[in-house]
Amino acid sequence: MTLPMGRPMREIFGETVAQLASEDPRIVVVDGDVGSSTRADIFEKAHPGRYLQMGIAEQNMLGVAAGLATMGLIPYISTFVSFAVVRPLDQIRVLIAQTGANVKITPSYAGLFTGQTGMSHIIVDDLAIMRAMPGMVSVAPADDVEAAAALRWAAAYAGPCYVRLVRDATQRLFDASYRFELGKAVVVREGAGIALVSTGSQTPRTVDAAELLAADGIDALVLHVPTLKPLDVATLVAVAERTRRVFTVEEHTVIGGLGGAVAEALAEHRPTRVDRIGIRDVYPESGPNDALLDIYGLSAARVAEQVRTLVRAG
Amino acid sequence: MSDTTVPAAGPADAAEVARLEEVARRIRVEVVKAVDHAKAGHLGGPLSAADMLAALYFHVLRIRPGEPAWPDRDRFILSKGHSSIGLYAAMALRGYFPVEELATFDAARSRLQGHPDMTRLPGLDMSSGSLGMGISAGMGMALGARLTGHDVRVYVMLGDGECQEGEVWEAAMAAPRYGLDNLVAIVDHNRLQQYGWPGDGPDGRLPPQVPGELVGKWRAFGWRVLEMDGHDIAEILRVLGEAARGDGRPTVVIAHTVKGKGVSFMEGRYFWHTRAIKPEELAQAMADLGEPVATGEGGPR
Repeated sequence: MTLPMGRPMREIFGETVAQLASEDPRIVVVDGDVGSSTRADIFEKAHPGRYLQMGIAEQNMLGVAAGLATMGLIPYISTFVSFAVVRPLDQIRVLIAQTGANVKITPSYAGLFTGQTGMSHIIVDDLAIMRAMPGMVSVAPADDVEAAAALRWAAAYAGPCYVRLVRDATQRLFDASYRFELGKAVVVREGAGIALVSTGSQTPRTVDAAELLAADGIDALVLHVPTLKPLDVATLVAVAERTRRVFTVEEHTVIGGLGGAVAEALAEHRPTRVDRIGIRDVYPESGPNDALLDIYGLSAARVAEQVRTLVRAG
Repeated sequence: MSDTTVPAAGPADAAEVARLEEVARRIRVEVVKAVDHAKAGHLGGPLSAADMLAALYFHVLRIRPGEPAWPDRDRFILSKGHSSIGLYAAMALRGYFPVEELATFDAARSRLQGHPDMTRLPGLDMSSGSLGMGISAGMGMALGARLTGHDVRVYVMLGDGECQEGEVWEAAMAAPRYGLDNLVAIVDHNRLQQYGWPGDGPDGRLPPQVPGELVGKWRAFGWRVLEMDGHDIAEILRVLGEAARGDGRPTVVIAHTVKGKGVSFMEGRYFWHTRAIKPEELAQAMADLGEPVATGEGGPR
C-alpha cells in the first residue's frame, strides 16, 4: 500500500502566491524567465502588475528582490533551485541573509525531478548551503499540502527564507488538517524498532519504505523534518531515545544536509549511530524520475533494501 | 560639447558652491584622519568621491538625518562599498552621528564597518562591499518606489573598476525595461582599480575601462548617459539636477575624477587604493587639504 499522488508543488506555488497576493498587496513575484515552468504564469495572470520579469539574470534578480523588500514589498522568487541558490549565492548572502531582507526564495525543480535536464539543473547540495548560511531558514515540504502551508507561512514570516519546491507531482502525505510550524519535526509513522528521518518529497517514499520493512519484521518510525534550520533537536532526541538506531533518508547529498544536521545534533545531545542514505558525493545525470530514484537509491524499494542490509549487518 | 554634456544653467549660487566645497574638504580631512587612525581602509576611492558625496548629502538628497528611516527619503547606495569611510564622513558631518565616532572606523564593535553594514548603522540604505550588487538593490528600490507610489529617487554610486562585474550589466539590461527614471547611477570614473592589468598607464598599470568606452556601453543598454567633472561642485549640482528630471529612462552619470584627489602624492597612484599612512605623509596630506596638523598628546585623531 503506497501513498497516493498529490499535485505538482510548482502549480501549488503559482496558485498559492496568487491567492496570498489577493489578500496582501505587498506580495510580488520576481521571475528569472522561467515563469511558464515554475508556474509563476498563474500568478502573472491573476496579478499582471505585480509579476516582475527580470530576464535571464539571476544575480540581478536577487539584488532587485532585496531592494524591493526595503520598500516594504514581499518578493517571492521564481526560478529553478540551481539558479536560485548557487548562481546568486553571494547576492543572497550579502544583500538578503545578512540584511534580514524579507525575500522568499521559493524555487522549483528541487532534487532529481528536473524534467530530464541533467547535472546543470540538478543540485544536490542546496539544503547544505542554505542551512550553513547565517540568517537563513530553509524548508523542504513533503508534499503539495505542506508546500501550500509553507508558502503561506512564508508570507507571515518577517525575514528571508528558502522554501524548496518540486517540479513534478509527488506523493501526498498530509491531509488538509496539517499545520506547518517552523522548526517542528513531525512523526508521520509510529514505530519502536528503528527511526527513519526524512525531509522534503523523499518523506512519502520513506513512509512507503517503512511499510515494506514492516513486512520483513522491521518496525520503523518515520520522522519528517521539513525545517533543517532551525532543527527540532528535542523531537529528534526523543525519537532517538525511543528507537534503537537512526537512519536519515534524503533526496540530497548525504553531506551537510539532513544527514549532516541529524548526525551533528545527535552527536552533541544523544550520541547515536546514524546511517545516512542519500546521494553520495556525485553529480546526478538526466533521466526519467523513476529511473533516477532507482539509480540513486531513493525509491521506496531501494531505501528499504539499504535499511534492511544495514540492519542485518548490525 | 559632447551629447552627454548638460548645458550650463544659470550661474550656480556661489555661496552654496563654496559651502559644499568646504564640506568636501572636511570629508577628505576626516577620511585621511580615520584611515590613519585605523591603520587600515581605502583612501584613493573615498577621495575621488568626496565632492560628489558632499553634493549628494548636503544638497541633492531629500533626507532627514534625525529620522534615518523616513519612508519618503531619497535612497543612496554606495555600491563601491570600499569607499565607506567617505560615506561615513559625509554622514557624520551631515548629522547622522557624531563626527568623533569616525575614530571607531574599522575598530571592533564599531558601527562603522570596513564595508557598509546596514544592520549596524542607521542611515545606510543597503549593505555593500561585494562589488556589483548595489545597482541591483537600487533598481529594486526604484521599482519598489514605483509600485508603492513613493516619490523617491534612488542614487547608486559605482566604481569604474566595479563596472567589470557582470551583475552591473544584468541590472543595466533590466532597469530600462521598467523605465525607471527615478534611478540615477553615478560612476566614479577615477581610471584606476586596485591593481589592474599591466600596461602603459600610470605606474605601469592600465585603467579599468578603455577611456571613453563607459559612455557607449551604458548607452547601448538603454540608459540616458550624462557626463561631468566629479570634482567641480557647480557642475555636479547642474548635472545631478538634470539627472533628477526623468525622461523615462534610468540615468547614469559618468563622473570624471582623479583617484586620491586632494592629496598631492596620492593623486592618480594605484597603490594608494588602500595603504597605511606614514607620519610625514600625514603632515603633507593635511597641508594639501588646508588643515592644520594637531600636535600634542595623541596627535591627530
